[in-house]
Amino acid sequence: MKKHVEFKNHQREIFHFQLRLVVSIGFILVLLAVLLIRFTYLQAFRHSYYQTLAESNRIALVPIVPNRGLILDRNGEVLARNYSGYTLEINQSKTKDIESTINELSALIDVTPKDRRRFKKLLAESHGFETLMIRNRLSDEEVARFAAQQYRFPGVEIKARLFRDYPLGETTSHLIGYIGRINDTEVNQLQENDMAANYRGSDYIGKTGLEQSYERDLHGTTGIEQVEVDAGGRAVRMLSRTAPVSGNTLILSIDAKLQDIAEKSFGDYRGALVAIDPNNGEVLAFVSKPGYDPNPFIDGIDTQSWDELNNSPDVPLNNRALRGQYPPGSTLKPFMALAGLNFHIRKPEQTISDSGVFYLPGSRRQYRDWKAGGHGSVNMFKAIQMSCDTYFYGLATELGIDNIYSYLSGFGFGKKTGIDMEGETSGLLPSQDWKMKRYQQIWYPGDTVSVGIGQGYNLVTPLQLAFATATLANNGVAYKPHLVKEVKSSRGSENRFIANTPLYDLNIDPKYLDLIRRAMVAVTQPGGTAVYASLGAPYQIAGKTGTAQVVAMKQGEKYDASKIDERHRDHAWFIAYAPADNPRIALVVLAENGGHGGGTAAPIARKVMDYYLLGKVPKPLAKLKDEKESEHD
Amino acid sequence: MTRRQLWQRFIANIDRQLLLGIALLLLTSLLVLYSADNASMDRPLNQMRNIAVALTCMWLVANLPLHYLMRTAVPIYLFGMLLLIGVALFGEISHGARRWLNLGIMTIQPSELMKIGVPLMMAWYFEKHEATLTLKNYFIASLLLLLPVGLIARQPDLGTALLISASGFYVLFLAGLSWRVIGGLFVAGLASAPVLWSMLHDYQKHRILMLFDPSQDALGNGYHTIQASIAVGSGGILGKGYLNGTQTHLDFLPERTTDFIFAVYSEEFGLLGNMILLSMYAFVIWRGVIITSHASTYFTRLMAGSITLTFATYTFVNMGMVSGILPVVGVPLPLISYGGTSMLTLLLGFGMLMSIESHKKLVRT
Repeated sequence: MKKHVEFKNHQREIFHFQLRLVVSIGFILVLLAVLLIRFTYLQAFRHSYYQTLAESNRIALVPIVPNRGLILDRNGEVLARNYSGYTLEINQSKTKDIESTINELSALIDVTPKDRRRFKKLLAESHGFETLMIRNRLSDEEVARFAAQQYRFPGVEIKARLFRDYPLGETTSHLIGYIGRINDTEVNQLQENDMAANYRGSDYIGKTGLEQSYERDLHGTTGIEQVEVDAGGRAVRMLSRTAPVSGNTLILSIDAKLQDIAEKSFGDYRGALVAIDPNNGEVLAFVSKPGYDPNPFIDGIDTQSWDELNNSPDVPLNNRALRGQYPPGSTLKPFMALAGLNFHIRKPEQTISDSGVFYLPGSRRQYRDWKAGGHGSVNMFKAIQMSCDTYFYGLATELGIDNIYSYLSGFGFGKKTGIDMEGETSGLLPSQDWKMKRYQQIWYPGDTVSVGIGQGYNLVTPLQLAFATATLANNGVAYKPHLVKEVKSSRGSENRFIANTPLYDLNIDPKYLDLIRRAMVAVTQPGGTAVYASLGAPYQIAGKTGTAQVVAMKQGEKYDASKIDERHRDHAWFIAYAPADNPRIALVVLAENGGHGGGTAAPIARKVMDYYLLGKVPKPLAKLKDEKESEHD
Repeated sequence: MTRRQLWQRFIANIDRQLLLGIALLLLTSLLVLYSADNASMDRPLNQMRNIAVALTCMWLVANLPLHYLMRTAVPIYLFGMLLLIGVALFGEISHGARRWLNLGIMTIQPSELMKIGVPLMMAWYFEKHEATLTLKNYFIASLLLLLPVGLIARQPDLGTALLISASGFYVLFLAGLSWRVIGGLFVAGLASAPVLWSMLHDYQKHRILMLFDPSQDALGNGYHTIQASIAVGSGGILGKGYLNGTQTHLDFLPERTTDFIFAVYSEEFGLLGNMILLSMYAFVIWRGVIITSHASTYFTRLMAGSITLTFATYTFVNMGMVSGILPVVGVPLPLISYGGTSMLTLLLGFGMLMSIESHKKLVRT
């Protein structure tokens, strides 16, 4: 009985246990089924989704920055180039204490206060994750020294990069400009112009000068490398590659040697010089003095140096040739004379009697000639040769502002020349409309009088005046001035020439042109205002001097250079073309506070012409400022 | 004795089917480890050493008569408890948790010992009171379970605590705990969930929350889950091929030789490979169930059942964690993940299963 019960209990117990085991098996089967369903979901239904994720995990598109195009002068001399060098860069996100990292680095590698300041500026402008440069142009020794200690600096790395370099430095600073790090505004601009993709990976963009204006040509096309990366972002292997296309090479119409001579001829003078080939608009020299060294700008100039440049009274960052606006002074007279002939206001031989003072009919206001007592009996030829103010006061008054405006517009006054550089200013050719808009005043006859000698409201840029001079030299056929002669494609096939077709022809009577030419040649001959300009020259120079007032003189006051603060002295102009009978070069020289065109500006022009026409390199230049200022215009 | 007889003696207590299943999984382990270690032999060689040690221990246990095994229950359990208390008092902190005990010559993780110790002790206890089981006995057995689990949870090592709880619960369940009590426990568990939640550490909460939306913290806690899911999902039906897993070989998968080794396998062998792997596990589990059903004593039934079910649970939890349906808890994939301790614990368990299977007749007669 007992045995039976035990046996039964045992059986029951086994049965219960087996039941529980079956439940357990069911439980396990459920677990297995759950896994199987999950795997099927992930690997069959969502496979393509995860496949994409895995691919984007593993594949990175690395932009390959193209080499920036070179800039050469018309003879192949290099004005902007690239060289490869090493930089030391700090990855912000991987470096905890940047300050102490730099301090430790400076024990290994020379880090100047300038470097630190520049780095600080970069840091302030950055978005908190970029890699920023602390030192550039590392020597091989420095690279080796750092490499040995690299483990101590997890966020610091050495990078090989291409650097921009401007071999002529200051001489071509305003012409070439410089590149610099892309800023936020430029990022937005690139995005607006749909160019952002091509700048993936680019750190630099043209900021001023031709570097800016020809950015599209110089930058090139960014290549793309598809690389497999690991979780740390390190490239493991390359999958595919689209090669970058280097930027196009610019071949300038500028003659670097001429540019150099022109720049040096200024000595200590501030000012500008623009020389143009009148036959085709090619700009041969484009100088703004003083210049600056563009090289420090590339990697971000440090604040102190920037302030020095920016706050200098010499305004070295201002491109005077392109943007400086000055009264043209007497350089306007040949153009006024042509206007007078064109509208038949004056015949060439017609003379006036110059007593040294001009009165408007019914007015007692005096308009004085620069020469006390006047030039006596003066015809057009003489008026230009001796720069007689009284002659042109009368001529302008008789022409009237409307005729002056319409005629001088043809020579490009008051308009941008359309040169291939951004930032040009348009100068000012006054008109009745303009005065009404600007001052809500009607035009008075008295306004016209001073316009006649290029004072008044007139403003020109050196470039504008050069364009006008070139057009005059080319018998009224105007060519758009351009700095770039040819854009050479890096692919070698599609070279682009900047068009040398004339803009328009002013159709000036050859007789009139001949008269003006002879008068302008006389300017550089004994009896003219710029005798020094052609002294001993084996070719004829047609020129005209000019003076731009910096401070207006009171009625009856006499100009005395020696009594006036240097920076308030008049600016000196000289426009010229040569050889007079078959012009190959037309140029404008502006010497700020140079006082007198014939004395300071003309000798500079002569050196440039001598080199361009004769290949004559000037002797080491004497201090131009010490030159005697005997003449006046 | 001939050499043949010697061999017969040697393998007499080894269950061939179970050994076959285990061997297949171990070979898979070496294969996957080689890939997970970026085609280096370092870890596979170490793992071979681990396997050799663990297999030896398995052989020893398989040859151990059952009454010896029973006799070890109390000392192992008490020793384990002593160590756990020692860890709580003097343990070394590593990764923010106090799990290791430095014994001078080696550091040990007593919770690993308790994976065997707890069910062993509980099975022993039920065997002792087999004839007169009342609710009180279940209660005492539960205490035997909850004491070490509580200590381990405090370390904190929630994953191990839960898995030991599971193995203890299987003992209770197989010992016949009434359905009503189980139901009551289940309801009580649900009710106390908010309280338990509040007791969790922040990182633990985070891991659970991450399950619902791993992208919330894609580079932090969600990273493991996301990268593992990508690895598994991108494997597709047939896999990317051996040694061709991009997630694996490009370092995207974290902990890919240990807890996340399944993602490596899954990426390279795909859904088909997963089915094969699941079949291998199912085979081992099936064999464990058969052995359990053969087991002759109360103790062996409970022990065999608990070992088998725990093995199944480990497998499920690890694969569930890697494929993103369970929170990330530190549970290795049994028999495949790199590591000596878990290998040893598992094979000791299988040794016991073999011993149970080979000694069933002896007990019966």
